[in-house]
Amino acid sequence: MAEPENTGAGEGPEPFMQQLLNNPFLLLFLGVLFPSVLYTIWGIIEVASIPVGQ
Amino acid sequence: MAIVPIKGNWWNAPVERTEALWIGIALVWAIIMFFMMPYWHMVGNQNLSTEAYKVTPDAYEAKVDAFVEKYQVREEGDTGIPVVKPPAGGDVYLLARQFEWYPIVELEKGQNYRIHVSSMDVQHGLSIQPANINIQVHPYYEMIFNATPTDAGEYGIVCNEYCDIGHHTMLGKLYVK
Amino acid sequence: MSNFRTCPETGFKIDLDAEKLIKWNAVTGVVFLLVGGFFGLLVALTRWPSVHLLPADLFYLALTAHGVDILLVWIIFFEMALLYFCSSVLLQCRVATPKIGWLAYWLMLGGAALGNVVVLMGESSVMFTSYVPLKADPLFYLALILFAVGALVVCFIFFGTLVIAKREKTYEGSIPLVTFGAMVAAIIAVYTIASGAVILIPTLLWSLGFIPYVDSLLYKVIWWGMGHSSQQINVSAQVACWYAGAAVLFGARPISEKVCRTAFLMYILFLQLASAHHLLVEPGLGAEYKIFNTSYAFYLAVFGSMVHGLTVPGAIELAQRRKGYTKGLFEWLRKCPWGHPAFSGVFLSIVIFGFLGGISGVVLGTEQLNLIMHNTIYVPGHFHATVAGGTTLAFIGISYWLVPTLWQRELAMPGLAKFVPYLFGIGISGIALFQMGAGTLGVSRRHWDMTFADSALTYDYPAAAHLLMALNGISAIIASVAGAIFCLQMVLTIIGKKKAAPAELPAAPQAEAIQGHGHGGGLAVPGTFVLALVFLTSFVLYYFVNWKYLSEIWILS
Repeated sequence: MAEPENTGAGEGPEPFMQQLLNNPFLLLFLGVLFPSVLYTIWGIIEVASIPVGQ
Repeated sequence: MAIVPIKGNWWNAPVERTEALWIGIALVWAIIMFFMMPYWHMVGNQNLSTEAYKVTPDAYEAKVDAFVEKYQVREEGDTGIPVVKPPAGGDVYLLARQFEWYPIVELEKGQNYRIHVSSMDVQHGLSIQPANINIQVHPYYEMIFNATPTDAGEYGIVCNEYCDIGHHTMLGKLYVK
Repeated sequence: MSNFRTCPETGFKIDLDAEKLIKWNAVTGVVFLLVGGFFGLLVALTRWPSVHLLPADLFYLALTAHGVDILLVWIIFFEMALLYFCSSVLLQCRVATPKIGWLAYWLMLGGAALGNVVVLMGESSVMFTSYVPLKADPLFYLALILFAVGALVVCFIFFGTLVIAKREKTYEGSIPLVTFGAMVAAIIAVYTIASGAVILIPTLLWSLGFIPYVDSLLYKVIWWGMGHSSQQINVSAQVACWYAGAAVLFGARPISEKVCRTAFLMYILFLQLASAHHLLVEPGLGAEYKIFNTSYAFYLAVFGSMVHGLTVPGAIELAQRRKGYTKGLFEWLRKCPWGHPAFSGVFLSIVIFGFLGGISGVVLGTEQLNLIMHNTIYVPGHFHATVAGGTTLAFIGISYWLVPTLWQRELAMPGLAKFVPYLFGIGISGIALFQMGAGTLGVSRRHWDMTFADSALTYDYPAAAHLLMALNGISAIIASVAGAIFCLQMVLTIIGKKKAAPAELPAAPQAEAIQGHGHGGGLAVPGTFVLALVFLTSFVLYYFVNWKYLSEIWILS
């Protein structure tokens, strides 16, 4: 049951985004890095910046 | 099917129209929702102040006691909780502890107050009902926010952060005249 | 050396070591679902004011146990089973280090058992969140840490199995989308558990007296890195189950791998940021921090969920249209196997998670709207829709397919199975709606007595609030009955009648090439598009209604 459509998915080098998405360890690294920096570390800085009262 | 591997350069396959359309719509909605928050900071009347200080429970309690002494007008209830009427535009000091809110304050409708709140022991939840204003109260932190009551009446201050076995008995009061 | 067998229904090559790990993790999960569900029922019957079943101390105990057993133990054990399945079985390779998988299993079981025993002893009723300075028995924190370490080990075994599959070339091309979704869950789990370790280890030391104090605000920031992210593991795993359900029940293919995987990428990068929506009314945290994080970075992860919300039903619609169900906008939907519990479980999961869970979650997590919702019972209303109505129901659905298939047994009481997802869905939807309603009226979460009978002062919630808590109790009964039937069915199936083996084993599934969607002009999946627009309309309306509610409270700045 051939689908005679040009899906553009056939030949050529693997697209860059596809390579990225095919790399579990790179994704693991990004998935830990992003929340660690943007949520955890930024949050710790926010708490540490609360001034001491008089 | 989603349970088998996929061969070829699937990244290059064109996106079907329904999906493309929905992606556009969803992105627009996402951006609208995002900008509602800074927008409300600019034009809205309900934003939580970020003013806070590190404080010790003893030092904070001293401030509350001074506030009560200065502005107390009467007492209420069997336990003699002080009712305090601060001047309009002034500072209001509330503390939370296992298992009471102290003191009872009497505010004026339409006037602004600088409300200070902190805990003497564990975390508590300041929940002003029926206005349904809910703020977290920590020990060692004094939070300060501006509030202008818009409706007169008798409000309950429920604790809505679990603070151990007496949590559900913790109920304060606030009057707006 | 690994031994394999071939699945007589699907043709997949199954590593026997992986099979054992899948089965034991799944069954253990279901046992804790039963235990945790029972605690939940007790809680709901206590919060029903005229029933008020448990005394206060047992209520807070049961609530702590319910949180730990459902939010952590049931769901993560089941997800471990999914991780093994999505790697070893779907990639048809041997699982990495099965012996270590067993070590992890015992760590998790030991932690879960210890945690339950410690809570039942009564000195650790600190809720699942265990906010300092509330102090639990040190063994409580140790139990959570052991459980978490075990789960982390399984996540690494998952990645190791991906490496093995690639090295031994057991598959061609890119990993299946379902495996990709499981991988996203595993990635989030690594961040989740690392956050848990960072905060629970010092808290354990504090409970033992080795550290004088743990800052309560800092605790919340780091704890929620674990607390909410653990629920995002659920979101990814549940979405993976949606795609799996569409595949096994319809032969449905994702319309675009690029779109689906990019939506999952949004999860990887941004889903965990929303831990910040637990911090929106805390002292001293800046508005920029709150807005950026609570929005999952410009709502990009919400965008990802909205995409999955279209692509899964869309794939089903396309598969149905190809089968000939092309009449009008919705024949494809009418002709779905509504009596098949795997389908109804997955479909209800999509609807409940989207309409009730997702919308309420975004509203709850909007910086200023949180002021009228934080710590009210609206919050559990939201997360019963997501965790119970979304994830648990998706897992129940997928189990109705997976358990008979993997154990090669006939489903016990199949006539009853038809009704279970609907019953569970109705019950959980009731819990969600009634709790959200009560929360809108200001009823507090985690609270033993909304009448304040033991207080010096008085406050009366409106009568409607009491009614809503009664309706919540009734809904909980319905959901508990359905959940219990499911657990019973799973046990009876596993020990029940074996399936007759087919004469011939099917061929092992192969990698597929991209298929065109077969549409020149127009929309390929118009029915799904209409449903998505209905969803969006509900979302927009409810979202702005809440800004209206907010504008009516006191002026705050």
